[in-house]
Amino acid sequence: MAVRTETASADELVDELPQRQHRTLWGDVWLRFRRHRLAIFGMVVLFMLIVGVLVGPLVYTVDPEYSFIVDDIDSINQRPSLKYPFGTDDLGRDTLARNIFGGRISLAVGVVAMLVAITFGTLVGVLSGYFRRLDNPLMRFTDLMLSLPSLPLLLVIIMLFRDSLKAWLGPELGIFLLVVFVIGILGWMPTARVVRGSVLSVKEKEFVEAAVSVGTRQHTIVRQHILPNVLSPIIVSATLGVASAILTESALSFLGLGFPSNVPTWGRLLFENKDFITQNPWLVMWPGMFISLTILSINFIGDGLRDALDPRQRR
Amino acid sequence: MGQFLVRRILTIIPTLIAISFVIFAVLDLAPGDPTSALPETIDPQVRQQIRKVMGLDEPLPVKYSLWMRQFFVNEPLALIEKAFDVRIGDSENRLRVTSWGSRGTPVMDIILERVPQTLWVVGLAYVVAIVIAVPVGVVSAIRQYSIFDQLGTFFSLVGYSIPTFFTGLLMILLFSVKLKWFPMIYDTNLQVVDWDSFIQQIKQSIMPVAVLGFFQAATLARFTRSSMLDNIPMDYVRTATAKGFGERYVVIGHILRNSLIPVVTLIALGIPAIFSGAIITEQIFRVNGLGALLIGAIQLNDIPLVQTVTFIFAFLIVVFNLIADVVYGVLDPRIRYR
Repeated sequence: MAVRTETASADELVDELPQRQHRTLWGDVWLRFRRHRLAIFGMVVLFMLIVGVLVGPLVYTVDPEYSFIVDDIDSINQRPSLKYPFGTDDLGRDTLARNIFGGRISLAVGVVAMLVAITFGTLVGVLSGYFRRLDNPLMRFTDLMLSLPSLPLLLVIIMLFRDSLKAWLGPELGIFLLVVFVIGILGWMPTARVVRGSVLSVKEKEFVEAAVSVGTRQHTIVRQHILPNVLSPIIVSATLGVASAILTESALSFLGLGFPSNVPTWGRLLFENKDFITQNPWLVMWPGMFISLTILSINFIGDGLRDALDPRQRR
Repeated sequence: MGQFLVRRILTIIPTLIAISFVIFAVLDLAPGDPTSALPETIDPQVRQQIRKVMGLDEPLPVKYSLWMRQFFVNEPLALIEKAFDVRIGDSENRLRVTSWGSRGTPVMDIILERVPQTLWVVGLAYVVAIVIAVPVGVVSAIRQYSIFDQLGTFFSLVGYSIPTFFTGLLMILLFSVKLKWFPMIYDTNLQVVDWDSFIQQIKQSIMPVAVLGFFQAATLARFTRSSMLDNIPMDYVRTATAKGFGERYVVIGHILRNSLIPVVTLIALGIPAIFSGAIITEQIFRVNGLGALLIGAIQLNDIPLVQTVTFIFAFLIVVFNLIADVVYGVLDPRIRYR
C-alpha cells in the first residue's frame, strides 16, 4: 500500500499559516521608544540640527571667517536681517555661518569624546565585572578617578598640554584631539560602574554557565554572551555621554580654554560674544539656543531609550 | 558605627595621597616651563640658576615629597598658628607653599581671601535649590501625572539641560540690560555696613545665586520625585492610611521621611559639584571667588596655586563622600556598618 502523497509537506503547511509580523528585538525597542513623545520630539530636533550642520555649508556658502567690514563699514554687530539671517558679530563676520561651522565641531567633539569614554568605560566595566581578580583594583581606580575634580583638572590639563599638541599636530587637529581625549578620559567612570553591575548579574545566568560547560573560550563568552546582554545600559550612557561631552566642551570654550579663536564652537561663540551682549544680544542667543536644544533633545532621547530598553517594561 | 567611622576616615588618607600625586604629576610632567613667562632677555645661565633655586631640576619623587611636606605639614601648622595666634616651633624658617604669580605670597593666604565670596554664592544657591526642589518633587510625586507634575518634570528637564553659562547670560540680558534691576557685575569690594549696602549686596547676589540654584534644583527635584514615587506604593504607606491618618500626616510623617534619606545623601554628594559649577558662574558675573582664582592662576601658569586649589576641590569631593556615607547610615537604620 502506497503512502498517501496528498499530505502537504512541512514547508507548505507553514506557508498556509496566517502570516504573522516578525518581531525583532530592535523592532520592539522602536515600538516602545515611539510611545515616548518627548523622545521623538528630541530625535526630530537633533536630526534637524545634524542635517543643518552637515548640509548647511553647502547651501549657505558664506565664509565664517570673512569679515564684511571690507565691503561695508556698517556691517558690524548687525541684527538679523535679510542680508545676514542671524546678524553679524563685532568683526563683521556672519553669525549664521559661524554657528553652522561651530555646530559641526561641537557635535563632533560630543560624539568622539563619548566614543572614547564609552570604549574605556566598557572595557574597565567588563574586565572588573567578569574577572574577579581585577575587580577590586579596577574599582578602586574608578573611585579615585571619580574623586578627582573634573572641571578644574580639565582646565589644567588643556592649559598645560595645549601648546605642545598645537606644535605637534597643528592648531585645529591638536586641540580637537586633546579636548576629546581629556573629556573622554575624565568621563568614563559612570559607564564603567553601570557596565560592571550588569556584567556581574549577567555572568551568573544559565546561558553563561552553559557556554562555560561546553568549553567556550573566555573572550568568546565575553564577546558573544556578555556584551550583547549589557548593551542597553551602554547605549543609554552613550547617549547621555554625548550631551555631557558637548556641555563640557562648551564650558571649556566658555572659560576661554577650549579651541583657538579661529575655530568657532558654540561655546567659543558664547565666550567671544558675551561682552557684546548689550550691543547685540542675538550674538549669544543663537549659540546658547543651539547648545540648549541639542542637550535637551539628547536628554529626551536618553530618557526614551532608557524606558524602551528596560526589559521590565516589556509587554 | 564608631569602628566604621574610624576605618572610613582612615581610608580617605590613601585616597587623598593618591589624588595629590595625580595632581602633582599632571602639573609636573606638563611640557610648560615656569620660567617661560620671564623676559626673553634673561641670560640662559641666570635662567638655569632660577630653575635650580625653584627646585625644578630635582627628580619627580624628591619634588613630590618636598611638596608633600610643605603641603601636609607646614601649611596646616601655619593655619593653626594663624587661627589660634600661637607659635609652633621654628615658624619663620618653615617653607610654605608660595604663589609664583604674586611675589611669594603664601598660597593659602590668597585662597582664604577668596573663600568667603564663593561660600556666600554657593551656599545661598544650594539653600535656594533645596528649598525649591524638595517641595516641587514632593507635590509632583503625590499628584503624579497632574498638570503640576508635568510642568515640574518638564521644567526640571529643561533646567537640567540648559547650561549655566547660557542661563546666566540670559539673566544678564533680561534683568541687567533690559530691566536694569540688578547690576551686571558682582562687586566683591562691597562692604556691608548699613541697610543700603546690604540691599545692594542682596541685589548683586540674586542673579549668580539664581543661576546656580535653579540648575541644582532641577536635578534635586527630579531625584526627590522619583524617590517619593518609590515609596508611595509601599505597604507601610497603605497601613498608615488604613489606620486613618490624614493624607498630610502620611505624606510628611511617613513617605517624605523615608524618601528624604537618599535625597540628603545626594545633597551631600552635590556640594563639591556645585563648587565646580561655581567656576563658571563666577566667570559670568565676575565674582572674585575660588573659581576665578583658579582660572586666573591657570592663565598665569602659577603652578603652586593651581595645585592647591585643585587639591582643595578634590578634598571637598572626598570629604563629602564620607559625610554622605555616614549620614546615610545615621538616617537609615536598615544600613548596618560592619
